[in-house]
Amino acid sequence: MLSKVAERVFWTARYLERIESTARMVSIYDKLLFDTPRGFTLGWYNLIVINSLEDDFNDRYSVRDERNVVKFLLGDETNPSSVISSLKALRENVRTTRDVVPEETWEWINELNMYIQANLQLGINRSKRHEFLEEIIKGCQQILGLLYGSMPHDAAWIFLRLGRNLERADMTTRNLDAGMAAIIEREEDESIVNIRQIIWGNVLRALNADQAYRRTMRCAVQSEAVIEFLLENEEFPRSIAHCLNALIDSCAKLPRSKLIVAELHAIRKEILVEINYDHLGIPFREYLNRLQIHLSNIAQLISNTWFPAVV
Amino acid sequence: MTTAWKEYSSGKFYDELMSSPGRARKPAQKLVAYLKSLSEEDISARRMAAESTIKELGVTFTVYTEEGNIDRAWPFDIIPRVITKKQWDKAAAGLSQRLQALNMFIDDLYNGKKIIKDGIVPEFILMQSANYRKECEGFSPAYGAWAHVCGTDLVRAGDGEFYVLEDNLRVPSGVSYMLENRSIMKRVLPEVFEEVNIAPVDDYPDRLFDTLSSLSPRRVKNPVIVVLTPGIFNSAYFEHAFLARQMGAELVEGSDLVVQSDDCVYMKTISGLERVDVIYRRIDDQFLDPEVFNKHSVLGVKGLMRAWRSGNVALANAPGAGVADDKVVYAFVPAMIKYYLDQDPLIPNVETFLCYDDIQRKYVLDNLDKLVVKPANESGGYGMLVGPHSTKKERETFAGLIKANPRNYIAQPTLDLSTAPTYVGNNKPEPRHLDLRPFVLQAKDSYVTTGGLTRVALKKGSLVVNSSQGGGSKDTWVVDTESRVK
Repeated sequence: MLSKVAERVFWTARYLERIESTARMVSIYDKLLFDTPRGFTLGWYNLIVINSLEDDFNDRYSVRDERNVVKFLLGDETNPSSVISSLKALRENVRTTRDVVPEETWEWINELNMYIQANLQLGINRSKRHEFLEEIIKGCQQILGLLYGSMPHDAAWIFLRLGRNLERADMTTRNLDAGMAAIIEREEDESIVNIRQIIWGNVLRALNADQAYRRTMRCAVQSEAVIEFLLENEEFPRSIAHCLNALIDSCAKLPRSKLIVAELHAIRKEILVEINYDHLGIPFREYLNRLQIHLSNIAQLISNTWFPAVV
Repeated sequence: MTTAWKEYSSGKFYDELMSSPGRARKPAQKLVAYLKSLSEEDISARRMAAESTIKELGVTFTVYTEEGNIDRAWPFDIIPRVITKKQWDKAAAGLSQRLQALNMFIDDLYNGKKIIKDGIVPEFILMQSANYRKECEGFSPAYGAWAHVCGTDLVRAGDGEFYVLEDNLRVPSGVSYMLENRSIMKRVLPEVFEEVNIAPVDDYPDRLFDTLSSLSPRRVKNPVIVVLTPGIFNSAYFEHAFLARQMGAELVEGSDLVVQSDDCVYMKTISGLERVDVIYRRIDDQFLDPEVFNKHSVLGVKGLMRAWRSGNVALANAPGAGVADDKVVYAFVPAMIKYYLDQDPLIPNVETFLCYDDIQRKYVLDNLDKLVVKPANESGGYGMLVGPHSTKKERETFAGLIKANPRNYIAQPTLDLSTAPTYVGNNKPEPRHLDLRPFVLQAKDSYVTTGGLTRVALKKGSLVVNSSQGGGSKDTWVVDTESRVK
């Protein structure tokens, strides 16, 4: 398989995942706001912080309100992480790799694109937002299902799996960080127990992990258990341990992978022994920051091994 | 919509579907009867279905504009153009014959120039040809085939006969649209496919694959074939990707390939370098190899010509094949067929005046208002003068151009291009002019597509069918009226 094609396929998976998780995040946030206690304000701007988009956002908007945040995340072409921009990048990547993914992938991405282009305003206005985001999530899941159901498990498949798991690990880290940050901010609040539950419940739902959490952990929503589940559970597809295992397993199936597999094992070990459940709060945010650095190192390793600019 | 068909008239032009108002030609009878049965709402619905199919399939072409490149949806008319199998078989034989002679001509030019020595083609034409490549002299590719893929433009004139308008031997495009048009039609008018004996077109990618595969310098079971594209910004990128996908070949850009010191071509893969046997290149000669041609080309591959001349890689079409893709050389094709094959051409040329010849040039200059003047080496319908539609000022400009560089211009009479019913703005069929581009393959064996790409000028009275200039297209049906429908 051409290195360039492998790289594009890898990014196809990342963008597809990014579109879905952005849609999911906005949709969960929308619902969350109905649940928060009176006097407790959870600004929409948090969504910008979660995604480390403060600078880009502030360059363009002065008012940090719902409308601007949602517009920026869904429909702003100048925001490289918006749904619309990710979709454009996704289309370009699939367009140039149509020969290695199932034929319908291209058609379905065009359908999704047409839908989003035609209905963008629905997402920005509040009343129909839920349906709009639901359609996007369905569209992404449909494409993912197509890839799962009809792709041979060849090199292209493996690069899709790499992109998907790396993007998922990244998103889970960001969601955990957002949860932790929100809780630290409310440390003084009297109704803190209640708020913790709401915030962590929100994090779980944003990762579609709510049900799996309850069945696996068999306990109410509480900080340590949520964090443990999202970091260490090996079965849940968006947990860090699961994503790391999938990355290691996928890399091992590719040519020239000895070095990278050894490095990934080392990184995995480091990530999973470093967690300290006794000191959540700020030290945990620092831990997540290191986790982010590990993830970007993994992306770099993958790129150095299989996507070199010059052979 | 029966009345609309009764009122349909193509005037003095030969119509592909209708022999007289309301009366369809034999191979189109079932189709026209079916179209007559559709209400205006039905037609709207079918046209919209076609449009959304095109969007879903992502069939686009790129237009270069001042604001950048725009991807436009492929303009398509749902009324197919119909040809009888008998007529088509004759045309196909003529196309094979023509490409065979053209390849013998190119091979001769680079190896001995017998045809010039025998005085059939004047030497200066060759020496001044923009597409003659000295670098190719003394080389002969497998089977003496230089142009492996040829797109020949055919027109039907007032007498109902096919004529060759031009041969595209460099990097002809359009075949993917021919194939996509058929898949669109199957979704839009499925009922008619059951009724009419329409020959399938979809074996082209396999035949292209076989043609390319037979060129492999290594005798291996599965030679590595790649399609070399200039990239996503090229107007034919859609087609490059389409063909690569259909053939199961890798779609590569210049930067994916490298020529090593062993003069072999390799592609950069996740497992390291992999040897390439055949390159179906869709970039022009000048950009192929910065070592030999345009030094600033970033589209090509350094050392590619070395690898080709060493016989380590096959290039299709071969560099230098474009020498026969010249409207002056075109005029000599009938003579070539006679000279190399000792046969009469099965499809005639359009009458052509060569401006380098004093007598012919005088005629052209005296009759600019009646003729179509074309530069010898342009494609895409650019740089032409359509006499009857021109202004006095345009004619004066062209007179100047011709006098300054007579070798570079030819002229042809304005043709009474045939028409076919086409749904334009309203849902009534109106006559529009069209041409036909079949694709011909030649290596070890030769092959001609069943029909080809029908391009139609959507503007009333216009003769310009190029998609970049307001043209659209139609599906092309070769219909067997003699054997019974299964």
